[in-house]
Amino acid sequence: MEKILVGLKRVVDYNVRVRVKNDGSGIETDGVKMSINAFDEIGLEEALRIKERGEASEVIVISVGPSEAQQQLRTGLAMGADRAILVESDDPVDPLSIARIFKTIIDRDGIDLVLLGKQAIDNDNSQAPQMLAAIWGRPQATFASQIETNGDTATVTREVDAGLEKVEIDLPAVISVDLRLNEPRYVKLPDIMKAKKKPLEKIALSEIGIDPGPALKELNFEPPVDRARGVIVNDVAELVAALKDKGLA
Amino acid sequence: MSKILIIAEHDGSTLNPSVAKVVACAANIDAAEIDVMVLASDAGAVAQEAAKIDSVSRVISVERSENSHPIAAVLAPQIVAAASGYSHVFGPSTTFGKDLMPHIAALLGVNQVSDIMSVENSHTFKRPVYAGSGLLNVEAPADSIVVATVRIASFASAGSSNSAPIESADNSIEVPVHTRFVELTSGKSDRPDLQTSAKVVSGGRGLASEENFELIYKLADKLGAAVGASRAAVDAGYVPNEMQVGQTGKIIAPDLYIAVGISGAIQHLTGIKDAGTIVAINKDEEAPIFEVADIGLVADLFSAVPELTDTLD
Repeated sequence: MEKILVGLKRVVDYNVRVRVKNDGSGIETDGVKMSINAFDEIGLEEALRIKERGEASEVIVISVGPSEAQQQLRTGLAMGADRAILVESDDPVDPLSIARIFKTIIDRDGIDLVLLGKQAIDNDNSQAPQMLAAIWGRPQATFASQIETNGDTATVTREVDAGLEKVEIDLPAVISVDLRLNEPRYVKLPDIMKAKKKPLEKIALSEIGIDPGPALKELNFEPPVDRARGVIVNDVAELVAALKDKGLA
Repeated sequence: MSKILIIAEHDGSTLNPSVAKVVACAANIDAAEIDVMVLASDAGAVAQEAAKIDSVSRVISVERSENSHPIAAVLAPQIVAAASGYSHVFGPSTTFGKDLMPHIAALLGVNQVSDIMSVENSHTFKRPVYAGSGLLNVEAPADSIVVATVRIASFASAGSSNSAPIESADNSIEVPVHTRFVELTSGKSDRPDLQTSAKVVSGGRGLASEENFELIYKLADKLGAAVGASRAAVDAGYVPNEMQVGQTGKIIAPDLYIAVGISGAIQHLTGIKDAGTIVAINKDEEAPIFEVADIGLVADLFSAVPELTDTLD
C-alpha cells in the first residue's frame, strides 16, 4: 500500500486528574498538560511499523483542532510520520464532521489505510472511525489488538466482549486501535529537530467546505457522585463479619 | 410520542443480557412503541427470548445468511432501511453496540449519543466523559432521529413476563462483502458471566503470575462469583482480554465487587463505580482503590485470600 493516514487528537494528558468547572460549563483545561490521545499514539506507532516493514511508503498525521494542535502533530512527525495536516478550528468539532473532514482528505490524497484510536479520552465518544467507514463505504475493524497486512487485504484481531475476533478486510479500510496493539516508541531529541523541517500543512475548516452538525448540544457538566470512603477492617475475620452484615456472604 | 428501535445483541443462539437493559433505558422515554430487531441467520430462539422482555411492543426478525456474524457494515444498511418511522435507534454500549451504532448514525447523518447513563427526556440524556470524571447532559436535535448507545451498568434489566408478537422483515438490501468474519476465540468458562453476575472477584498486578490467579478462581468459586481482572493483569498475560474490567474493558455493576491486588487506576474505577459494595484487599494502604472501597483490608493477598476462601461457608 502507499499511504496511511493517522488521526492525532489533542487532548488533556491521561495522567491529569480532570475536574468539572464550578459553573458546570465544561472541564477545567486551563494550564493542564495536553498530549496526543493515547489511543491515537498507538495508531501512529502501528502505521510506522507497517511502513518500516516496507508495506507502506508514507505516513500522514492529521489533526482537527486549534493552532496549538501543531505541538501534537510535531510530536507525531518526531515519532516518524512523513508529513502532517492541521485542519484548524478553535471550536470543538463533532465526530460526524471529523469523519467528513477525513473523507475529504482521503479523496484528495488517496489513502489506503486509516488508523485511528478507538476513542478519544476526553469525550469518550468512540464514533469517528466507524462513521468514517460508513460514509466512505469501506471496511471498519474496531478495537484492534493485532494487524497483519497482506497486500490488498488485512487480517485484524479485535478485542470484543466475548474474546478475540478475527476479521479479514479489503483495503482501503479504517482500523480503530486498542491498547494492546503495541507500545509506542519514545521520541529522541535528534528526531524532534528533524521533525521541525517536515511539512505541516494548515487548512482552515472553512476551506474543507464541511457543513458541521447537527451536533449534540452540551447543556451542562456535573461532577460525578463520589463514593464515600468506607471502613478499614483489621483482618479476614472482620472482613467476613462485615460481608455477612451486608448479607453478601 | 417516541417510537424506539432497539438492535439486539446475540451470539446466534442466545440473547445477550444487555438487551433487557437497553429496553429498561428506552422505557424511561415517553414511548409509544419499543421494537427489538434481531438480525441473524436464524433468529428463532433469540427472537423468542426478546419477545419475553417487558415493555417490548414487537420483535422484528431479519434473517439472512450474511447476518450470521455481527459485521457493522453488513448490518447497518439493513437497520437504516428499517429505521424510517422511528424517533430513536438504541443499542448497548458493549463492543457490539460501540462498533455498530456509530456506523448507523453516520448513514443516517447524525451524531450519536454515546453511553446513556440516564434519560432526562426524549432528547436529553446524561453521559460520562473523561472516563467518568465528568457527567455531561446533552440534547439531541429535536428534528432528527436519535441514535444512541446505552451504558448497561446504569440500568436494571427489564422484566421477562411479556409475550410480544414476532414479525419477520427479511430484506434483499445489497450488503458489502469487503469484511469477512474469520474466527472468534474465547476462553469459555463455566463461571458466571462477568457482565451480569451479582458477585465479581477481580485480580490485578499484585497476583504476579498466571498461576497465582488460581487464588482468585478459588475465592470466586466459593462465592459463586464471576472473575475479572485489571488492565495490568491482562497486559501481563495472566488472564485473557475479555476479563478486563474498566474503561476499556467491561463496565459492571455487581452487588459485590472484590478487588484483589488492584491499585485502582481511574480507568479501573470507572468500570466499577456502580457496584453495590466494593471490597479491596491490597498490601499498599495508599492504593487509590481504598478511596472508593466500602470495606478495605490492608494485607498480603497471598495469605488473606486463601484465609478468606477457607473462612467463607
